[in-house]
Amino acid sequence: MHALANPNRFLKLAAVIQPWAIAVCVLCFAVGLPYALVFSPEDYQQGNTVRIMYIHVPAAWMGLFSYGVMAAGSAAFLIWRHPVANMVARASAPVGAMFTALCLLTGMLWGQPMWGTPWVWDARLTSMLVLFFLYLGYMALGDAFERQEQGDRAAAILALVGSINLPIIKFSVDWWNTLHQPSIFSMAGISVDSEMLAPLFLMVGAFQSYYVVVILMRVRAQVLSAKVRAARLMQAAG
Amino acid sequence: MSAFLALVKRDVRLSVRQRADTVMVAGFFAITVILFPFGVGPEPGVLERIGAGVLWVTALLAALLSLDHIFADDAQDGALDLLLSSPMSATALVAAKVLAHWLTTGVPLIVLAPILGVTLQMPSTSVMPVIIALTLGTPTLSLIGAIGAALTLGARRRGVLLPIIVLPLYIPVLIFGVGAVDAAVMGFNAERLYIVLAGLLLIAAPLCPWAAAAALKAGR
Repeated sequence: MHALANPNRFLKLAAVIQPWAIAVCVLCFAVGLPYALVFSPEDYQQGNTVRIMYIHVPAAWMGLFSYGVMAAGSAAFLIWRHPVANMVARASAPVGAMFTALCLLTGMLWGQPMWGTPWVWDARLTSMLVLFFLYLGYMALGDAFERQEQGDRAAAILALVGSINLPIIKFSVDWWNTLHQPSIFSMAGISVDSEMLAPLFLMVGAFQSYYVVVILMRVRAQVLSAKVRAARLMQAAG
Repeated sequence: MSAFLALVKRDVRLSVRQRADTVMVAGFFAITVILFPFGVGPEPGVLERIGAGVLWVTALLAALLSLDHIFADDAQDGALDLLLSSPMSATALVAAKVLAHWLTTGVPLIVLAPILGVTLQMPSTSVMPVIIALTLGTPTLSLIGAIGAALTLGARRRGVLLPIIVLPLYIPVLIFGVGAVDAAVMGFNAERLYIVLAGLLLIAAPLCPWAAAAALKAGR
């Protein structure tokens, strides 16, 4: 990991990973989307509206995963001054915010027919909304300073402070009486039928590989813009 | 310890001499709460139902107003740099400033809240719960707010940025604070909710000064 602190080395590794990630992403979407949205079985209670789950659950997972990456990258940046870790964290923020927004919106679309209301202030929904605001705050804070390094460090601290929300979200359905469905993973095994599990995992794989593709693109863009800035400074100095 | 107390006394003395912070916070709190009966209308029962929530949200916003000044004034004239380079630990420095902030802005809120509860037609059984809940909650608000203030110290558009960062972190305190008052008014035992509020305070008390100190040192 410390070897990857050199941006050029990271870019070389990224160039190797990127085509595979794109291939996996396209494949998973190509197989997963029709499987999930058309060919998977209807739910005996919910009918066809259960298909929102195939977008909602992967988006929720990715929202949490992105914040986890953001927090881990911020910690690495603060502890070891790892520059690439900070770039990964900054790149992860808009993507994670988008996934969280997608999760909230698809959840509202699902809640209206299922629960009769698009929104309810229970623990899971409220903490996901707080996660969305934490993403927005991180992005706003990181860009609010004259000196980039100051913004990076402030945003990194904010990411770590907000990471207390992650266990709250994860365990909210266990700790409180909530309208939201509890976790499908338990001691008794997985409580979802295998015919629905396959498209669900395919969609999770698709979203995950999409995340890798976008993060690598964004980090590459950050490294290149830093190089451009350095070149301009050298040119201005004579 | 003596440095800690000296810093608290200094900050309280400065704030008392200026009076701007305390007056601003108390004034904002009072005026905003008084607006609600006009906005919500004279229908009986409505104000009573939302009373606890209105008190808490406006107390929160009033606390937010004064957060800017925890560090900004000292940062501007260089006193903050001197304090950070002194042998006093940065965590103790932040803790002292937060205590002073709570004494000058949180305590007026606690004192005013029951009085303003009358204008919101809150029952007399709510006076003690409001006082207890605010006493347990406002220090947590000051602590969490100090992190936001430290993070945004050199930022542009600090005024808008601070609420965006701090308000999501305030939500748990708000939920349990309003819950405690509502439960007590409805006759349920609010003890469990007071304990959660106290728990939030106990978690925030060591962690927030540490995070804010890290933010201050990172921002130099």
